Amino acid sequence: MKTVVSVIGKDAVGIISKVSAVCADCGANIVDITQSVLQDMFVMVMLTEIGGLNCSFTEFSDKMKNLGTDNNLDIRVMHEDIFNSMHRI
Amino acid sequence: MLNINDIMETINMISEENLDIRTITMGISLLDCADSDIKRSCDKVYEKITRLAGNLVKTGEDIEREYGIPIINKRISVTPIALLAANGGDPVMYAKTLQRVADTTGVNFIGGYSALVHKGFSAGDEALIRSIPEALSITDNICSSVNIGSTKSGINMDAVKLMGEVVRQTAEITANRDCIGCAKLVVFCNAVEDNPFMAGAFHGVGEPDCVVHVGVSGPGVVQAALKKCPNGDLGQVAETIKRTAFKITRMGQLVGTEASKRLGVPFGIVDLSLAPTPAVGDSVAHILEEMGLETCGIHGTTAALALLNDAVKKGGVMASSSVGGLSGAFIPVTEDAGMIDAARSGDLLLEKLEAMTAVCSVGLDMIAIPGETPADVISAIIADEAAIGMVNSKTTAVRVIPAIGKKAGEELNFGGLLGSGPIMKVNLTKSPKRFIDRAGRIPAPLQSLKN
Repeated sequence: MKTVVSVIGKDAVGIISKVSAVCADCGANIVDITQSVLQDMFVMVMLTEIGGLNCSFTEFSDKMKNLGTDNNLDIRVMHEDIFNSMHRI
Repeated sequence: MLNINDIMETINMISEENLDIRTITMGISLLDCADSDIKRSCDKVYEKITRLAGNLVKTGEDIEREYGIPIINKRISVTPIALLAANGGDPVMYAKTLQRVADTTGVNFIGGYSALVHKGFSAGDEALIRSIPEALSITDNICSSVNIGSTKSGINMDAVKLMGEVVRQTAEITANRDCIGCAKLVVFCNAVEDNPFMAGAFHGVGEPDCVVHVGVSGPGVVQAALKKCPNGDLGQVAETIKRTAFKITRMGQLVGTEASKRLGVPFGIVDLSLAPTPAVGDSVAHILEEMGLETCGIHGTTAALALLNDAVKKGGVMASSSVGGLSGAFIPVTEDAGMIDAARSGDLLLEKLEAMTAVCSVGLDMIAIPGETPADVISAIIADEAAIGMVNSKTTAVRVIPAIGKKAGEELNFGGLLGSGPIMKVNLTKSPKRFIDRAGRIPAPLQSLKN
């Protein structure tokens, strides 16, 4: 199963590294990353394969959420199907 | 890889525009629970529902977490209890049993304390209807509905007369709780068998043994999409609504099929409704205002609502494998921030709401009326609304709340999704009593010579 990790917030040094570190910790394999900075707002979307997760999905999701709270970022982990079903026919 | 703009659009819909799945509703048939001993019947009801729906709330929460889309309510609809009550005994026992089920399973509503009497009463129907005030006053999470008319059979005016009295009694018996009993009671014409929304949900006899329905929401998303099209003509407005409704419904389809898979129960329908909540940015009235009406309720409202209702259906139909329920735009007054404001300012009147129900998905919904409104006027309101549904071959409903001890202009407050709102003016100067007292049946309308 693949999930989309989205990160939105004020641009700062080291965001990608912190998010990737949590992925590595949990055993989530990063398949693709897209990011851009729009008027100081940092937007990153990361596609991760979580078949080899070494913790539960909830723990992974909570870790990301806490990382977001600590760094003043909005981080969400969502199943990729929600985007596929909404934007693909 | 998915397009970053598409991903941001979805996230924005959820975080900023109140996109959510309004309800996952499990429909359960109780026909095999009927027993001549009501106690045994109740035991079977408890056992069957808790067995099938024991995991409903947890499954809903799991899907919510994994997909990141809020699922607000997890609910159950059951076979109209009047069919079980036909075996005798005090129907209120079923209400108590269902309340126990709600407490055990953690669902927020169980619908189906219902009777279908559009052509006449059979055994159990009248006893159940007369027990509604008591059943709704001693339970918190049970919803009741009565179908009193249909396009094929006409309107049962005996039932209409009775329901006027039942609505009033329900308000009186729950007067110390802002008459909340009436917020859980709907009177239908052309009720549908697969409706996932409360208070009118019940599990029709034509449905499978157990099935999962999904009701979507998203007035805020439609409003936000229309904001980006401030000067387009109404064709473009309809097109924008269709596109948005498509996306919203895809969410419903995804969640419905996933819930069906995890619960091991067939997937029923997606109800493509725009269901408002009192939250800011989640209002159907504000969509109509975004289209260009200064406020909801003025001339032009019916036309705007007709466009909205039709476009929602057209957009949603292609997004789902199976569409059903009430599907369309709801206009519950106390549950919609824009409607509440329009009613408070006097721009939205009961008469206009009645006209709007001819083109919206349901009917006169969540309307507080003065406590002095007599039962025969409530019956007359029900009869008018049923006539609109019967003649136009659509579902209509009445959920009015007589605010006992209060007058027009004062407010009722139910809290939560049921919201709050002003008590609307009802024309009480002249009486329809003689018409209502005639009772009997209004014959079914002709289906040709349509003018």
